[in-house]
Amino acid sequence: MTAGAVSINLLLVVGLLLLIAIRGLGHFWPADILEYQYRDQDGRNSVIIGEEVDESLLHEAQAREAGFEVLNGAEYLHKYLVKTGNRDILGSDFRWILDQYIREKSTPDDLIAVERREWGNFYGRLLAVKQNGETIATGEQAWPVAGEKLAKALDLFDEIDRLQNKDVGAVNYNLERLRLKQRALELKNQWDDAKSREFAAQKQAYEEQYKVIQTQLSQLNREIKTYSIVVSEAGGREINIPLNRVVKLTRPNAMSVLDKAVEYVKNFKAFITEDPREANTEGGIFPAIFGTVLMVMLMAVVVTPFGVIAAVYLREYAKQGFITRIIRIAVNNLAGVPSIVYGVFGLGFFVYIIGGNIDRIFFPEAAPAPVFGTPGLLWASLTLALLTLPVVIVATEEGLSRIPKSIREGSLALGATKAETLWRTVLPMASPAIMTGLILAVARAAGEVAPLMLVGVVKLAPTLPLDGNFPYLHLDRKFMHLGFHIYDVGFQSPNVEAARPLVYATSLLLVMVIVGLNMFAIAVRNNLREKYRALEN
Amino acid sequence: MTTEARKPHAIDINVLNRAEKPGRDKFDTCISVRDLNLFYGSKQALHNVSMEMPRKKVTAYIGPSGCGKSTLLRCINRMNDLVDGVSIQGKLLLDGEDIYDKNVNVAALRRRVGMVFQKPNPFPKSIYENVAYGLRIQGINDRRVLDEIVEKSLRGAALWDEAKDRLNDNALGMSGGQQQRLVIARAIAIEPEVILLDEPASALDPISTLKIEELIDELKEKYTIVIVTHNMQQAARVSDYTAFMYMGELIEFGETSELFTNPAKKQTEDYITGRYG
Repeated sequence: MTAGAVSINLLLVVGLLLLIAIRGLGHFWPADILEYQYRDQDGRNSVIIGEEVDESLLHEAQAREAGFEVLNGAEYLHKYLVKTGNRDILGSDFRWILDQYIREKSTPDDLIAVERREWGNFYGRLLAVKQNGETIATGEQAWPVAGEKLAKALDLFDEIDRLQNKDVGAVNYNLERLRLKQRALELKNQWDDAKSREFAAQKQAYEEQYKVIQTQLSQLNREIKTYSIVVSEAGGREINIPLNRVVKLTRPNAMSVLDKAVEYVKNFKAFITEDPREANTEGGIFPAIFGTVLMVMLMAVVVTPFGVIAAVYLREYAKQGFITRIIRIAVNNLAGVPSIVYGVFGLGFFVYIIGGNIDRIFFPEAAPAPVFGTPGLLWASLTLALLTLPVVIVATEEGLSRIPKSIREGSLALGATKAETLWRTVLPMASPAIMTGLILAVARAAGEVAPLMLVGVVKLAPTLPLDGNFPYLHLDRKFMHLGFHIYDVGFQSPNVEAARPLVYATSLLLVMVIVGLNMFAIAVRNNLREKYRALEN
Repeated sequence: MTTEARKPHAIDINVLNRAEKPGRDKFDTCISVRDLNLFYGSKQALHNVSMEMPRKKVTAYIGPSGCGKSTLLRCINRMNDLVDGVSIQGKLLLDGEDIYDKNVNVAALRRRVGMVFQKPNPFPKSIYENVAYGLRIQGINDRRVLDEIVEKSLRGAALWDEAKDRLNDNALGMSGGQQQRLVIARAIAIEPEVILLDEPASALDPISTLKIEELIDELKEKYTIVIVTHNMQQAARVSDYTAFMYMGELIEFGETSELFTNPAKKQTEDYITGRYG
């Protein structure tokens, strides 16, 4: 019976993971682009170019009701969902077409997919490459030239991106700090002419820096706009796409399986290392992975000492009686409180009360803009630490109670005090149990979304909470989170069809991150267990 | 109550007198117990125990299970303090100082009175770290000093030859007898005055037991040893003085040879001849 139940559970878990993996990972495989010769119901001929992403059956009765004629007297109509891209021209990325109207289906090698920074993918044919409006390559030559110029444009784009985000970001950050310092001095009535001159000089210096960067930027921006490609869409119209708007050019139909595999790896790498684009429906999810991991790690750093100290007090120091029993019951009940309640508590207590007071006392110069009095990474970590505290306390207590009395007596008999015995012998021996608690805490915290929506997670964070500007770790910043990202992309996205594979891929990533964090903790625990396997004899 | 050392007490046995009989060894008292009463909650475990234990000799406590011999032993390094609801009346003097005085630092006392338990209880650390544990607690971390003391202690516990090539191995990989000798090495590493042995060989095989007994014989040259045992042959073999306890009372205390051959009390005689217990 139990074996059967376990197997069913395992099967379900494996099945779920497989579904997510297949749906999510399939997204990165460069799909063939099909060209359909299509004659619709009214007899108009058209050409449709795109990727076939889904198919389904339509019962003839339904089809008739929807106003379609049914050819060949079939019971079911076959229909395909085609990702036609070209949202700027066609208005939407996807289109259902009926099999019965397809006259011809082919995969010509010269079809290209253009991944753009805006408006999604473009599918069509490459006609020419232009430099400053002059055609420099056409026909067969156009493809290699386009690839070469694109590589250059991408390098320039990275350079621009770096300048804008790092250098301009640093200047802005410094200017803002300068403004805050000035404001602080004004509030303290220490603002005088000398300071004023000094600050003006510093400001001047930063503005000089900014001007230099700005010149570089406009130079690069001119350069990157030099090249463009001319493409024709399915309807035959010619369109000019500047290469600074292009992320990637591919000809999937001309690729061998090996090429596709390489492309697949590249796509996956881009997904986990790049920033999201277009309201999170395109691009990567790096900030979300980063935010999730960082938040969980901060949570672990906070929850471990608190949980362990609480457990040590309860088990080793407190007089066992009515009060400790009440505390234990309270701790256990804390584990059962719905997580959103923690979110509300975190918002009310951490953000508004503690954060608000921190702002009033330490950052009066920033007012009315809040620094810590607004949801952010620190408060999210603390809220989750609170949420997972019971798990750590219970596991640690369990571990402490399993340390044999003889070991404690051995240590005490050698002249160690109670605290020394705890620190040198008991806690190290209980560390595998503490790690078990931490593993459970991490597993719970990494998957938690609801409370985070109230205390620090946002749809799109402009900057990572960790960067090169002092003090490097910005605990007051808002951050992105994989769980919230799934919700946002899957249910709040303007382009649900396009985002769906991303939801699966992001889910897979979330599961992988949780598994990864757990594996790490489990490895640490097994290592500790090996070291302290005294308890068995 | 007087604190003078040799004054006879209000007990019904002539324990102290026996040692004072003319012609016997001069009795150099190390530990003296004065009218000790111990209660676990409301249950009294020791009744008016008074005795004097000689320096650098082996004193054995014998008696049936539950007679209070381990409890008395654990009074000497205040291990009973760890038990909830324990209360102690009377005095226990170590070198003339009352160890139950309010100002006594218990950790410091336990450095002077080492203890070895019934079941070997090495820490889940290396052999080396086990022996060095008590020293590290005292803040001694100099590798050279530690090396020297570890070697000396392991030699003192007759374990050096077996352990010298595996000092960094986990102590839990040793046999039970080796573990018990390691625990003794750990105790003597901090150079106590007194070593308490609580049935140290009861969990060991005969050969390991023999080794432990030989070790006790060597150790008494430097340390005052108090041993609890339920094995009367062992008490007879290793101890110089023996105390027989029954139901929380000290029945008889005297030189081992005398107590075993010519017990003063009927109860003692019954016990050592195996009539009860």
